[in-house]
Amino acid sequence: MTEMRYEAPTTLDDAVALLADSKGSTTVLAGGTDVLVQIHMDLIEPDLIVDIKNIKELTAIKKEKGGYRFGAAVSGVELMDHEDFCQTWPGVMDGVKLIGSIQVKGRASVGGNVCNASPAADSVPALIAAGATATIVGPKGKREIPVEEIATGPGQTSLKDGELVVSFFLPNSPAGSGGAYQRFTPRTEMDIAVVGVGINLTLGDDGVCSAAKVALGAVAEKVLVVEEAAAALVGTQVDEAALDNLAAAASAACRPIDDKRGTKEYRIKVAGVLARRVALIALERAQGGQK
Amino acid sequence: MGMKPSPFGTQIPYEEKDLKVVGTNPTARPDAVDKVTGKARYAADINVPGQLIGKVLRSPHAHARIKSIDTSAAEKLQGVKAVITCDDFPDMPVLHAAAGEMIVNFRDVTRTMMAREKALFDGHPVAAVAATSESIAKAALKLIKVDYEVLPHVIDVVEAMQPDAPLLNEEQFTKGVEPAPEKPSNIAARMTSKLGDIEEGFKNADLIVEREFNTKAAHQGYIEPHASLAIYTEGGNAEVWTSTQGHFLIRAQLAKVLEMDVSRVKVTPAELGGGFGGKNSIYLEPLAIVLSKNSGRPVKMVMTRDEVFRASGPTSGTNIIIKIGVTKDGRITAAQAILNYQSGCFPGSSLPLCTPTVFTRYDIENVLVIGNDVVCNRPKVAAYRAPGAPMIAFGVETVMDEIAEELKIDPIEIRLTNAAKEGTQTHFGPKLGPIGYIETLEAAKVHDHLKAPLEPNQGRGIATGFWATLGMETSATLNVNQDGTASFIYGTVDVAGGMRAAYSQIVAEELGIPFENVRAIQSDTSSLGFNFTTAGSRGTAAGSMAAVKASRDAITRMCEVAARIWEVEPDQVVWEDGHARPASANVGDFEPLSIAEIAMKAGFFGGTIAGHAEINVTGGGPGFGTHLIDVEVDRETGAVKVLRYTIIQDAGKAVFPEYVKAQFHGAAVQGIGMALNEEYIYDENGIMENPGFLDYRVPVASDVPYIDTQIVEVPNPNHPYGIRGVGEVPIIPPLAAISNAIYDAVGIRMRDHPMSPPKVLAALDEAAPAAAAE
Ligand SMILES: Cc1cc2nc3c(=O)[nH]c(=O)nc-3n(C[C@H](O)[C@H](O)[C@H](O)COP(=O)(O)OP(=O)(O)OC[C@H]3O[C@@H](n4cnc5c(N)ncnc54)[C@H](O)[C@@H]3O)c2cc1C
Repeated sequence: MTEMRYEAPTTLDDAVALLADSKGSTTVLAGGTDVLVQIHMDLIEPDLIVDIKNIKELTAIKKEKGGYRFGAAVSGVELMDHEDFCQTWPGVMDGVKLIGSIQVKGRASVGGNVCNASPAADSVPALIAAGATATIVGPKGKREIPVEEIATGPGQTSLKDGELVVSFFLPNSPAGSGGAYQRFTPRTEMDIAVVGVGINLTLGDDGVCSAAKVALGAVAEKVLVVEEAAAALVGTQVDEAALDNLAAAASAACRPIDDKRGTKEYRIKVAGVLARRVALIALERAQGGQK
Repeated sequence: MGMKPSPFGTQIPYEEKDLKVVGTNPTARPDAVDKVTGKARYAADINVPGQLIGKVLRSPHAHARIKSIDTSAAEKLQGVKAVITCDDFPDMPVLHAAAGEMIVNFRDVTRTMMAREKALFDGHPVAAVAATSESIAKAALKLIKVDYEVLPHVIDVVEAMQPDAPLLNEEQFTKGVEPAPEKPSNIAARMTSKLGDIEEGFKNADLIVEREFNTKAAHQGYIEPHASLAIYTEGGNAEVWTSTQGHFLIRAQLAKVLEMDVSRVKVTPAELGGGFGGKNSIYLEPLAIVLSKNSGRPVKMVMTRDEVFRASGPTSGTNIIIKIGVTKDGRITAAQAILNYQSGCFPGSSLPLCTPTVFTRYDIENVLVIGNDVVCNRPKVAAYRAPGAPMIAFGVETVMDEIAEELKIDPIEIRLTNAAKEGTQTHFGPKLGPIGYIETLEAAKVHDHLKAPLEPNQGRGIATGFWATLGMETSATLNVNQDGTASFIYGTVDVAGGMRAAYSQIVAEELGIPFENVRAIQSDTSSLGFNFTTAGSRGTAAGSMAAVKASRDAITRMCEVAARIWEVEPDQVVWEDGHARPASANVGDFEPLSIAEIAMKAGFFGGTIAGHAEINVTGGGPGFGTHLIDVEVDRETGAVKVLRYTIIQDAGKAVFPEYVKAQFHGAAVQGIGMALNEEYIYDENGIMENPGFLDYRVPVASDVPYIDTQIVEVPNPNHPYGIRGVGEVPIIPPLAAISNAIYDAVGIRMRDHPMSPPKVLAALDEAAPAAAAE
């Protein structure tokens, strides 16, 4: 029997080298709240585990020119404790706060949430709606891609061998912007989204919506960016008619499966219901000057 | 219930007296600190040097003939010390015995713990290995080659009853049907319970309501997975530490399936992390013993959560048809129930236990109950807290609600009109003694809960429940220690309900010493005579009877010692307030002797003092309860939120009221979970899709509101303290109460369980066009 190898590099270069050189199966470990469960359930049997929590770039939260950057391994609780970040990105935090329990969030990272590539991951629709990008490093260097381009299907990502996500960047949004995320689960906590909706919108001085982005979780093989739903809001005052159109567009975009967590019809219907509810919260935040 | 009470049973009449300890809430709960600090030892915490880890290979098919098993490659893997299959166990003939509240057949017990000719469900054990590490054991499982011939399977109870359904057992002919059927069937048995003339009863009805209900299988959901450690010695003795509600029953089952003398098997129950009926059967224990025998090393086995769900007993999924006839003023003239129960892969659902409960809250002259015990490709069901009764109440209590609405009678009033009371003839045989059903309804009528205002989409429901209290064999020893403290050795298992505290209270009350001076200690099977398992709400009710008997026995011994010291006759000594005293001034002028003084001198004056009880307890007091619940329904998502919950139940006498309330709380939470989200989900191949707490949704703390409780005390006349069983009654009403509350909130009757958001939303959508058309 071969034993599992564990490494905890302290620099990005070392991490990339370890990942690139590995012969057998390798798993990146951030908070481990997905990885450990998967090991226990015999879903993965890594030969090498590369713990990325000791790397500076992966654990920092900082304001930069033009936006906020936070490391992919920053835990949910660290984000929750960061007052300015929370005030600036309430929509993203709606998603982060929903991940598991306090204990789970004490370890769980946004990087892990994104790279685990579950279509139901709670922080992902909120990040996408907020226009977040990810910085990725690998044997061939650095690249920057929108968050929606990371997951390609359940458990599948566009990351190449040896690559890892270093950080996420949230670009400043114009005044009059607001974002929100909500999910529907049968239980109040410790559950997996049957549908999740993230919406960011921007209002002009006239109260008319000038820009919007709508992302739906758990209704397809990956988080969907629904242009038609955003279009239903743009150019309106986010009134009843606009919300009806938004709900219809959100429902129409769903291509869910029937499974133990919900029927197709149910997910389609609730996607519309939630889109409406989330848009109203985003609207209120936009009007209140919050983003 | 189910089992006949012994005519030679022990009952001690109720005596009203001033109580010092019983009925109080001692702050020093004996198990609290160890549990809170993580020091309590559960079965998985027990390790011995040299132990191997055992793992089970389980069927990936719902139904398959096992053509061959090749273990040779696994045996060759380094670190593997034993590999076993059904060939390592003797086959068993048909032989029935009681296991908890349910009856088992050893032919099926041996086939449940290790498949023989066929694998009958997803997760059915087919082989097991013991190795020097868990990873080696797991690797060895992958090397075992099983040649399966996959067979058509059947999961649903109604489908399994069809004449063309795939048969699990070609030799099974329905019992209880005249004339005896010629074709085999998945219906193992039909059971009937009758009273009066059902046809006549329905003729006299002004209104008859008949409804069909379907419920899914639900698991007990105990937090602690099954775990066992076994040592088989060269001398041919087996020792087992395990997670169980009844170590004597486990010993009995092990001795049978392993063909060992009972005296050669010793079972020690570890601290229990929940059982709720699911830990009365052997699963890992016999495998661990044989792996230990074959390897010569101790073997430890712990189930994963996945294994617990797939292969330990849930409760039955059911199909139930309830028909009730009433007069215009709400008197029930006839009531009928058809109960189709999944028993899992072998016969033996909870029907014999729950059929007596169907209508036993009401005084009804004409009753017919028909139960069908149906096998299907699922794990063999196990008892689950009031086994089978919550689903029946789901039917009966929602039909009662519908009738009340139709007749414009208040739902509490219609229950009072028909309420069972002392002298009511039950449909299962006996007449009821003094009970507190009416008292719980009267208390509900004036409860503040009913004054709480309801907003739109909020509704209120009520439902009631009944469950009997089991007695059975109960043994205990009370050792009076040299310092005057007492050690009470009990043979039931404290199933985390606080029995050890209640026993200590009873002993303290009887001996007249402080609660802190009594320590109740769990026995293993070698320290006491046979005890029946902790099931049927008997833990405190029956166990305390043994505590009373043993205490009084010890008091007799202590009075003898005092008599010898004083050189008087034993009947000239009385026991009062923890002291032996002269019975009267005529006896002589003696200073009272304390328990400590007597204990210290007892050795010389005749020997150590102990009291014993080896009894079969009878006269268990039936329990009744009424639940009030408020819910809010989200019309757009179908989500049901429980807003307010009140439980009113007759406990006879609450020994430790906080623990009694905890029983009410726990059962209601399980009931809420079962009502709203818990269900076994199978795919088209008969594979369970949600064997984990992520998708098998037990409620989390934030799903449950504050639960108000009110304890009613109508003493059981056959118990010295008036105690009734309390643990099972409160899981019976929640399904029905929630269904009734949903109706009150949004006007839909939920008859399909669970009342999960997709189902509620679908029902709302279905009702919407109809409502619009009106
Ligand atoms: C009890 C419980 C409840 C949960 N509830 C929720 C919930 O409500 N909502 C929800 O969305 N999730 C939930 N989860 C899942 C999990 O907690 C989240 O997905 C979490 O964000 C994962 O983060 P992590 O740091 O623990 O990731 P890890 O487990 O460390 O990693 C997850 C995956 O991402 C990869 N990975 C991690 N970091 C990187 C990186 N920087 N670059 C490349 N790959 C990387 C890993 O290799 C692995 O494949 C729950 C989990 C548990 C155990």
